[in-house]
This record gives sequence, structure tokens and C-alpha cells, in this order.
Amino acid sequence: MLLNQFLLLGAVLFCIGVYGVLARRNGVLVLISVEIILNSVNINLVAFGALNDDVGGAVFALFVIAVAAAEVGIGLAIVLLMYRNRRSIDLTQADMLKG
Amino acid sequence: MTGALAAASAGGDLLVAQNVFFAAIAAVMVFSAFRCVTTRNVVHAALWLVLVLVGAAAQFILLGAEFVAVTQVLVYVGAIVVLFLFGIMLTRASMGDDETASGEKRVMAAVVAVLLGLVTGGALIESFSDTRLVINEPQPTSVVSDAIFGQYIIAFEAVSVLLLAALIGAIVVARKD
Repeated sequence: MLLNQFLLLGAVLFCIGVYGVLARRNGVLVLISVEIILNSVNINLVAFGALNDDVGGAVFALFVIAVAAAEVGIGLAIVLLMYRNRRSIDLTQADMLKG
Repeated sequence: MTGALAAASAGGDLLVAQNVFFAAIAAVMVFSAFRCVTTRNVVHAALWLVLVLVGAAAQFILLGAEFVAVTQVLVYVGAIVVLFLFGIMLTRASMGDDETASGEKRVMAAVVAVLLGLVTGGALIESFSDTRLVINEPQPTSVVSDAIFGQYIIAFEAVSVLLLAALIGAIVVARKD
């Protein structure tokens, strides 16, 4: 196997995730796209760990998984709060902090 | 490098099988990710995400990182996707369509994504085009745990404090009062 096949897969998934974050208006869908991005990063970490025969890649992939879990918890709580206050989770309407 | 090449040719047929599986899983992952960011239905997007996550777990197994693969299935598919489905159900108004972004915004997002893909893809092909990956044996879980609870113990403690803080923060933010 080549290293590049994993890295290019990660890059393609990353770009798809970036498209999702930029194009979606629904708060939950933006969070789902962020998950795709974090997964592509994990593939890169594990691939480089396998290349160098080092366990650090797998360990940091585990840390990324833990941080992603924390991020989803907070993100969904914020989306829920937004829905409760505005009856909508359209991110283009979330401009209450705008001066 | 020559050693790696020799090892690669020694396990030739195994490598063919690995490459075939890689291609099949990668195709499924890219298609599911694409559907995940383009489908109108929010629930379907979460279910397409499951396919992407399981595909990533399969890639981890191909790379010999068994523990990461198992954790991926347990934490992502078992917990995070369920959390997403609950989030979708609790914000019921958006159950049907994502009242999609305007055409112009979508075109601009596609332009950004394609440009980013060209730049990163070009840089990767430039840097790693002949780097071979030889996986002789899977990484034992004991090695991973030794690393987490030895070399990376500070980072592990920091992550546990972060998880606790995020949990408390989520409760405080989402609670009714």
C-alpha cells in the first residue's frame, strides 16, 4: 500500500466536510459535517503512525475522538438552546450578537 | 526504502487484497460523505454519516490500529450518532428538509472545497508520491495503553478534565430554567 492513498482519502473527505460546513444552514447538519472533517484528520494521524511504526498516531486519534465527543455535546446543547429561544436552527438567522 | 520494497513484494498477494479492500471502502466513504452533505433530509444525513464512520473504522483496521477502530465504532457510531439523532428529534421543526442554502452560497462553498482539494492533493502527491506503507502486524492494544498511561499521561488527564467540563457545560447550557 502507498501512504498517499490514505492521505488523499483524508484530503477528499476533508474537502467534502468543508463544503458541508460552508453550504449548510441547519445547525445539526453543520455539526455532522464537522464530524466528517475530524474523521479525515484521524485517518491521517493513524496513517502516519503506521508509517513511522509509532503508537503516537493512534493515541492522538483517540484524543481527537474524545474531543469530538465533547464538541458534539456542547454543540448540540447550543443548537437546542437556539431552537428553544427562536423556534429555528437556521444559522443564518443566528445574528443576535451582531451590533 | 529497499527493505520496505522487498517486504512489500514478499507479501505481494496480501497487498493486492489490501488495496482492493481499500478502494472499495474508500469509494463507499466518499460517496456517503458526499450524500451526507448534499441530502435534504436531516435524518438521512445522520445515517449517511454512520457509513462514513464505519468506513473509517475499516480503514483503521487496514492500517493495523485495531483499538482505534473499535473505539471509533463504540464512541462514534454508538454514542455520537445517537446524540445527533436525539438532537434532530428535539429540534423537530427541521425534521424534514434543510431549507437549503441559496444557490450562490452553495456554488461558492463548492469552489472553496475544490480549490482546497487541489492544493492539498497537489502538495500530498508532491511530497509522498513514492512513500510505501508496510504493515507487518497489527498494533497490540497493550502498546497503546502503555503509551496513553505512560508517555501521554498529561494529555490523557487534560482530555478527561475537558470531557468533564464539556459535560457540565452541556448540562448548564441545555437545562430549562
